[in-house]
Amino acid sequence: MSTDAADLRARAEAESGGLPALVLSAERLAALIAPGAHGLRRSGPGEDFWQYRPAREGDTARSIDWRRSARSDAQFVRDREAQSAEAAVIWASAGQGMGYRGAASRPTKRDRARLLALALGMVLLRGGERVGLAGQPPRAGRLQTDRLAQGLAMQAEAGTDADQPPLTALRPNQRVVLISDFLGDPGWVSDYLARAAALGVSGALLQVLDPDEEVFPFDGAVLFRSVSGRVSHDTRDAAGLRAAYLDRLAERRDLLTRGAQGAGWHFGTHDTATPPAAALMWLYQVLGG
Amino acid sequence: MLILGPLGFATPWILAALAVLPVLWIILRAMPPAPRLQDFPGVDLLLGLRDPVPVARRTPWWLLLLRLLAMALLIIAFAGPVWKPVLRATGDGPLLVIMDAGWSAAPGWAERQARAERALQDAAGDGRPAALLMADGRQTGALAFSPAAELQARLRAALPAPWSSRLPEDPAATLADQPEGTLDTLWISDGLDHPTRAAWLAELTARGSVTVLPPVQPLRALTLHAGDTPSLTLHGFDDEAPAILAIGPDPQGTPRELARLTPGEAVTGEGGAITRPVAIDLPPELRNRITRFQIEGQTHAGAVVLADDRVRRHKVGLVGDADRSAEGQQLLSPLHYLRRALAPTTDLVEGGLGDVLDTAPDVIILADQLLQDEVPMLTEWVDKGGLLIRFAGPRMAAYENLPEEPLLPVRLRPGGRDIGGALSWGDPRGLAPFAADGLFSGLTAPEEVAIRAQLMAQPAPELAERTIAALSDNTPLITRSGLGQGQVVLVHVTANADWSNLPLSGLFVAMLDRLVATARTSDTANQTTEDREQPFWTPESVLDGFGTAEGPGDLAPVAAEDLAEGPGPGQPAGIYAAGERRQALNAGAAMVRADWPGATVESVGEVPGRDLTGWLIAAAALLLALDALGSALLGRGGRRMAAAGLLATLMMALPQDGAQAQQTPPTDEIVNPELLRAANEVALAYVITGDAEVDQISEQGLEGLSRALTYRSSVEPGEPVGIDLDTDDLSMLTFLYWPVTDSQPLPSAMAYLRLNHFLRSGGMILFDTRDGDLAGLGGPDMSATLQTLAAPLEIPPLAPVPEDHVLTRAFYLLEDFPGRWSGRTVWVEAPPAGAEAAEGVPFRNLNDGVTPVVIGANSWAEAWAVDEAGMPRFPVGRGYEGEEQREMAFRFGINLIMYVLTGNYKSDQVHVPALLERLRAEEVMP
Repeated sequence: MSTDAADLRARAEAESGGLPALVLSAERLAALIAPGAHGLRRSGPGEDFWQYRPAREGDTARSIDWRRSARSDAQFVRDREAQSAEAAVIWASAGQGMGYRGAASRPTKRDRARLLALALGMVLLRGGERVGLAGQPPRAGRLQTDRLAQGLAMQAEAGTDADQPPLTALRPNQRVVLISDFLGDPGWVSDYLARAAALGVSGALLQVLDPDEEVFPFDGAVLFRSVSGRVSHDTRDAAGLRAAYLDRLAERRDLLTRGAQGAGWHFGTHDTATPPAAALMWLYQVLGG
Repeated sequence: MLILGPLGFATPWILAALAVLPVLWIILRAMPPAPRLQDFPGVDLLLGLRDPVPVARRTPWWLLLLRLLAMALLIIAFAGPVWKPVLRATGDGPLLVIMDAGWSAAPGWAERQARAERALQDAAGDGRPAALLMADGRQTGALAFSPAAELQARLRAALPAPWSSRLPEDPAATLADQPEGTLDTLWISDGLDHPTRAAWLAELTARGSVTVLPPVQPLRALTLHAGDTPSLTLHGFDDEAPAILAIGPDPQGTPRELARLTPGEAVTGEGGAITRPVAIDLPPELRNRITRFQIEGQTHAGAVVLADDRVRRHKVGLVGDADRSAEGQQLLSPLHYLRRALAPTTDLVEGGLGDVLDTAPDVIILADQLLQDEVPMLTEWVDKGGLLIRFAGPRMAAYENLPEEPLLPVRLRPGGRDIGGALSWGDPRGLAPFAADGLFSGLTAPEEVAIRAQLMAQPAPELAERTIAALSDNTPLITRSGLGQGQVVLVHVTANADWSNLPLSGLFVAMLDRLVATARTSDTANQTTEDREQPFWTPESVLDGFGTAEGPGDLAPVAAEDLAEGPGPGQPAGIYAAGERRQALNAGAAMVRADWPGATVESVGEVPGRDLTGWLIAAAALLLALDALGSALLGRGGRRMAAAGLLATLMMALPQDGAQAQQTPPTDEIVNPELLRAANEVALAYVITGDAEVDQISEQGLEGLSRALTYRSSVEPGEPVGIDLDTDDLSMLTFLYWPVTDSQPLPSAMAYLRLNHFLRSGGMILFDTRDGDLAGLGGPDMSATLQTLAAPLEIPPLAPVPEDHVLTRAFYLLEDFPGRWSGRTVWVEAPPAGAEAAEGVPFRNLNDGVTPVVIGANSWAEAWAVDEAGMPRFPVGRGYEGEEQREMAFRFGINLIMYVLTGNYKSDQVHVPALLERLRAEEVMP
């Protein structure tokens, strides 16, 4: 009875404990960029005044601006400037590999991906755009910030090392941002990009990596194991593998870059040891362009 | 045995296995530890890669060293290493081992046994005949010599006796069976002289060599010096004076240290013996609880003094009118005040004068009693040292022949005086200061003590000297005179608050303590000879040689004459009882140090060789554990980290005293906030039965009752609270509504414990069987369920609510207690038998407190129940009459809650007119 309620609340508190911190740091990050709503220079649904025009047949009595109309014999209608908002869909990978961090002083890749996703969402929402997480309808407005934050904080961890965004959630005339480490099998990326290009969807891929994954600082006898424990690789001299690993990483990035360019997308990388602002600026610029 | 310096090996050939170690080195080197495990999301990129240069992996050198060291330690351990092995001396004649076996040998008994056993083992190895003489006074006849091996079992079974060591009287007779040859003697001594020791030493030195092993630890003993003020004496041979522990049951009955006594100045006696007096300077209530005194750090029977009647409390007989049974009138009984004053410091016996005399008390107190036939017996008892304290009272004051009354310290005038008598005073009198050299010197009389009436003494020459306390006008308050060895004391006022408020003051307790302290304690020595009926003392609990108390086993009762000789075979130290009396037999005695002319005294520090096997195996195990740890660390992190971890482990393995983190006990009892609220808001509570419908009705019913209470009275309960009997704490609740259902599971045992505590501490349960429409018609009803549920509860005898019960008038005047049904009997705690209505009061003075249960079938909750809008949920009766019945149900509920919260307050209120009347009368009187 009462104990159950207390229990539930305690769990909810614990679950949402990370939420304010995420929101706060995302807000600080988003404050770096001040977008404006962009008017379309024609009348339509919007906030700002555009023109008075004489009332025509079909205008409801409600739409007549009586203050203006009182100054003359004709009835006038108050038009507003049309504003259109674009829809952006953000996806952050929930794969188990994203939970990795090489040192306790650095955030996990998942934390960084979520932070970037929320900050980007906030910037876009302030610009009047409609924003949503992959699989959710994009909405505009201040409240959507909270929904984004909640959705990111409550995001369930995937059972595998890497996951992929839902293909079916792609809609025409959207901007899509995919944030992941792209270390798993990259086969789905090209399919996704091809479909997006067909629907006229453009967007960006952001690869978030831990410095350990970029420089491969291991040596000696090591049994490498993926975070979910499904794949492992045994070596007696890890230092000897460094060059080969870095080659493969460069190859992977090259593959992604070419795929993105082919579909009119953009590909960027981000290192969790560097400040997130640079990555956010890049994303914003790329989406704006 | 192989000897290498201070080290000896029992099986040196095992050491050859050390040669295998180099081979082991090579094998171990080839078995590397497991690789380090690394979580890495980029494994996909690594799959299929080959190591560019295959590297051979080797065990690190320090791990190898660790393993080899462990193996070497094991090998050495199995070779049986001994540190400084003892090489025994040999002889060829018979061997005699004498072990002093009194209490004085108890310290270090195991070492003594080990030493004797070694001597016997050596003798067995050499094939010498041997004999074992345990000097505990139980050896009679000639000592049998036998092969030494046969004696070892007897030696191991031997225990020190709880009396002093003693040797047989005649050495020559005891040694009559000695085989041919020089007799070598090993005497394991307790260091004390005993009566026949010198004779034995002379005899033994004449027959052969004597080796004496003196005790290692210093010996101390404790004795009791009886008398008017019993004290202890600490005996010893050195300057150290350990504290004396006074041990007795604490208020919970667990024996524990009650006080520590510090020995006084040392007195050096002859032979270097040092004695120190130890005063037993403790408050009486503490002192009376003590069961034994013990020297700190000494574990033998001589260090223990058992407390008996000599250090115990006085036995006081109380004789007076039996208490009037009714509750509340105890405060009028003189015995009540005496009991409360004396019970903490004395043993009380109550009864008629004859019965009390039979228990041989030290003090008899008569509260307003006139003596009849018992005078000769009582006179004889006082003559032999009894203390008779008498209190005055209305009965003595009204006695015509008071001047002839025997056993009074002074002659009394009949009638006494009081505020309304012929010698009327202006004001009640206070006490005069006590004489500085008198019995009560040092006590101060509180100013508020006032005497309103007293018995007056006839003026006489000796009156002044017999007065030990007087009033401010010098009339005696307490008089005393001696009679034979005893004394008679008269307190000229009553022992209750009728004549004075003296019994209400702390002075009363202090004066009684002083008076009782002057009584002679029973003198056991005198009584043993006088007590013809009980010439035997039965052991109650005895000590063993180590000073530990144990049951008497099958010991026979001991004749009084034998007991006077102190402990010995057949009468160990302990507590002995005869009838009501208890006597302690203590082992401790004054000590005389022994000297050993003509004997070899073995130096004390010699210990047998120390076996190192266990230590080495433990060290090897530790090293192997470190090895496992090191390997694991190597698997997890780099080598540097492993080495650091190993070092840390080594540091942690070192003993670290006081570094343990203090653990705060977890606070597991967290009070349910809902219950806290209920306690704050005086919320009504109901038992959750598990039947959702019934629970809802309970909640809505109590909600309705709460509203009615809030509208109509100053009781404003909060939201009703449901109680889960199995988990919730009831201690903060006052009222519990318990609807009885078929389906209800029986609460757990813990729940019933809590319920009983709830009932004892003034809580009330309203049991509602809710079957008022069915019960009594012969059909199935809830009574069986109710019986099952309530059986484990402590419920007093019940009766239907009597007409004059407080429930009928706690707030409203009620005749019936309807709920949704009406007419069914409501049961409450039965009134006490013999309760009578006071004159002019329409009610009887019924039980104090609150009836713990009210049981009925009227389904009150259904009558009270309201829905969210505040409308009644269930129809009651028909039409307007039904609504009237609902109103009555609410009135019953309000009365019930008032009764729960205020107890019998209403019952007391009815006395107000009578009290006012009495006050008025007393105002008029003076």
